[in-house]
Amino acid sequence: MATYTEYPPKGYRVRMSTYWWLARWPYLKFILREISSVFVAWFVIETLLQINALIDGPLAYAEFQDFFRNPLVIVLNIISLFFVIFHAVTWFNLAPKAMAVRMGGKRVPNLMISGPNYAAWMVVSAVLAWLLLRG
Amino acid sequence: MAEQIALEVTRFSPGRDKTPSVQSFDVPLRKEWVVLDALNYVKDKVDGSLSFRWSCRMGVCGSCGMMVNGEPKLTCATFLTDYAPGPVRVEPLKNFPVMRDLIVEITDFLGKLSKVKPWIIRKKEKPVSEGEYLQTPEQLDTFKQFSMCINCLLCYAACPVYGLDPLFSGPAALALAQRYNMDSRDEGESERMDILSQHDGIWGCTFVGECTQVCPKHVDPAGAIQQYKLTATQEWVKSFIMPRGAK
Repeated sequence: MATYTEYPPKGYRVRMSTYWWLARWPYLKFILREISSVFVAWFVIETLLQINALIDGPLAYAEFQDFFRNPLVIVLNIISLFFVIFHAVTWFNLAPKAMAVRMGGKRVPNLMISGPNYAAWMVVSAVLAWLLLRG
Repeated sequence: MAEQIALEVTRFSPGRDKTPSVQSFDVPLRKEWVVLDALNYVKDKVDGSLSFRWSCRMGVCGSCGMMVNGEPKLTCATFLTDYAPGPVRVEPLKNFPVMRDLIVEITDFLGKLSKVKPWIIRKKEKPVSEGEYLQTPEQLDTFKQFSMCINCLLCYAACPVYGLDPLFSGPAALALAQRYNMDSRDEGESERMDILSQHDGIWGCTFVGECTQVCPKHVDPAGAIQQYKLTATQEWVKSFIMPRGAK
């Protein structure tokens, strides 16, 4: 009788290309999602620098604002904003996968998990916008 | 003559070929034919040496998984007409060693599967005279989706983590472990935890999510793994708060 051996013949192994993530859109989307964390970190650093400049006084803050007006920084920040939004949206969309909440014997629909996340995001953004833009 | 479609099939003969090659066959393009029918046509009428696995031809046995135009598919459920005018490229499942033509070596998976103990574990078996372990439909519903797995390994072919790190337990084995963890009759969660919470277990998963996309039985292995990550984290926190009574 044929049995499975612990060390079967090796067979032909195809090595995965270094550029595997370019082969299919879902893989590329995954890599972009992972890379988005770099831009999230960049925004965190920027905020810390801003607070630091604020502590150092008006002169330091004016210098920081100059840095912010640099076209290169503006472009970088626009790209970062895109990635941070992408990061948030993919995170909220994946949340229902990880959270299998059951109520009344049935699994709560995905929208019931991601919905409140989006709502909280909107509320926090609105409060911040009000604080910053009220003049 | 009936309409034809080109079937480009990977050929590899161990001992004779150093690397796989592609052979093209013209097969009839019939409305009711799936890719597996085309392969069987080639084997019966053109070249009897073409090797591939298949059995039930109705999406239950999980034997006929192959790459069709670069995507992992059950060839018994993939219609030729969806690829007209062709060509249809048929390759062995990705991320596994190729044994011959379209046949891959899956011993690695079988080992990983048995490692996660995918069976009901009881601390103490009750005697047969006391009857079955009963379960309500609600209890069944919590894990039923994960129990639909047919071990076709399409999820392993779709998983770049498994492709890059062959030590990774992989989607199907982890989903099946979670299937038993969630079974109300099972008491083996802490036994499985040690295997599942290793680096090559759930934490190897980076949530690409393609396993769930390609699953022909809608098992959602990606969901099962993330849910278990949540459970494992809760257990870890609990072990801090209650170092003695966590398990």
